[in-house]
Amino acid sequence: MNDLSRETFDTHTVEIPSAEIKMQVKNLDFFYGKNRALHSVNLPIKANSVTAMIGPSGCGKSTLLRAMNRIYALYPGQRAKGEILLDGEDILDPKVDLTVLRTRVGMVFQKPTPFPMSIFDNVAFGLRMHEQLSRGEMKDRVEESLQRAALWDEVKDKLNTSGLGLSGGQQQRLCVARSIAVKPEVLLLDEPASALDPISTSKLEDTISELKSDYTIVIVTHNLQQAARIADYTAFMYLGKLIEFGETEGLFTKPRSTQTADYVTGRFG
Amino acid sequence: MASRRAALRKTSNVVFVIFCAATTIIALGVLAAILYSLLSQGVGGLNLDIFTKSTPAAGSPGGLANAIVGSLMICALAMLMAIVVGILAGTWLAEFGGDSFYAKVVRFLNDMLLSAPSILVGLVVYYFMVAHLIGHFSGYAGAVALALIAVPVVTRTTEDVLKLQPSSLRESGVALGAPVWITVRKIMWRAAMGGLVTGGLLAFARISGETAPLMFTALNNQFFSLDMSHPMANLPQVIFNFALTAYDDLRRLAWVGALLIAVAVLAAQIIARIIIREQRRS
Repeated sequence: MNDLSRETFDTHTVEIPSAEIKMQVKNLDFFYGKNRALHSVNLPIKANSVTAMIGPSGCGKSTLLRAMNRIYALYPGQRAKGEILLDGEDILDPKVDLTVLRTRVGMVFQKPTPFPMSIFDNVAFGLRMHEQLSRGEMKDRVEESLQRAALWDEVKDKLNTSGLGLSGGQQQRLCVARSIAVKPEVLLLDEPASALDPISTSKLEDTISELKSDYTIVIVTHNLQQAARIADYTAFMYLGKLIEFGETEGLFTKPRSTQTADYVTGRFG
Repeated sequence: MASRRAALRKTSNVVFVIFCAATTIIALGVLAAILYSLLSQGVGGLNLDIFTKSTPAAGSPGGLANAIVGSLMICALAMLMAIVVGILAGTWLAEFGGDSFYAKVVRFLNDMLLSAPSILVGLVVYYFMVAHLIGHFSGYAGAVALALIAVPVVTRTTEDVLKLQPSSLRESGVALGAPVWITVRKIMWRAAMGGLVTGGLLAFARISGETAPLMFTALNNQFFSLDMSHPMANLPQVIFNFALTAYDDLRRLAWVGALLIAVAVLAAQIIARIIIREQRRS
């Protein structure tokens, strides 16, 4: 580990045809006040695929994810420099309408965060904000979202009860349903399974794999097996830098960088 | 040697526990004595006249209707003002002000107001409203004085309970494309509802028995009146006046008034708890 920090960092990445790129991070630096958390990160996110970001705690993977929908803008001391292109358009541009950006790029957090309202209202929350739907259309959209998040069968008879009454795993799938209800193009998942038991985790992973046909998914995870199971591409980050990016299988079986090899084999991190 | 130290430690432990228990008993004993005198002196005077007749002259029959209605109106108006101002101010401090210089100043001033003597608040309102703006005592001035006492309580509790909510809840709302203001209104306030209601109740309990600010503002009124632009009867002032008289019947009315305030605070607490529980269940 000590040796590692002194080594030079060569980034190993694979090319993705530009037509298939949904999101492209370009020379991204990120600052928490004066602390620099990301060092010119370049990362392509392929459309309709699952990209996992792995790395030890504090490596900047959550920071990178939180730059992708500019949620960091809630906090005055945090700023990003560089470019993040969504369909070729830079979302870090100050002129970008954040409410529109966030309907295009949804996010699910580490701990389930059901709103203190009914299951139905949880899913309808974003819809009511952005679309004028009739009652019937609203019901259909809520059902469709809950179906896609694989939660419908468990909650269809109690849509009017509080979302807080669900189990942790159900709450997290409710959060997924709530995010996909507004039909985002990209879905960001910040360690979505870290607070869940193994059975709930496996259900959530199934849901994620199902969703990639319609959405581009970026997931931060501490769990290497999880990345190996669900991700098409994996990015390994360390000390605020992107060390390696490539197809998941290759990254786990034939890592090109020694840091990646050490991490995926469990030698550190 | 070791056993002696162990014995010493055991003894000091017993002494400390006994000391704690004794002080608890003293505190509870005082509370019990207050409740006992309140009930024993107050319950006997309760009858229908209390709620239907206005405050009498000594020797004639009467009740507290004018003071009860006056207190209800003054407190209600004060709480209305305090809740609007306090919740918005507390929300601003918790959600928008952050650690900015202006927020720190507001927080500091609010804490000062929180501990300001209530008689001072009464004097200030007297000077501005009674002496200059309106020119005479009035229920409105009383309500403003009580609101000034309640606002810092509501502001403080609002800020505290909002800060207790997980930041990921706020981020979840914002991540759905909701502006911060809507996230606060529809999610954060709802999540913090129990705490917000408690804050309001604390403020209500604080002002319901305040006498000093009302002396200079609402004054008193012998007659039944719903007109807040004129002097208005209120329970604390009536208690104060009647308790100092030499007449048994008036002193009894003062006890009943004190009992009514205590019951009102208790009732408000119970109702709020029921509301919070029902809300959690649904």
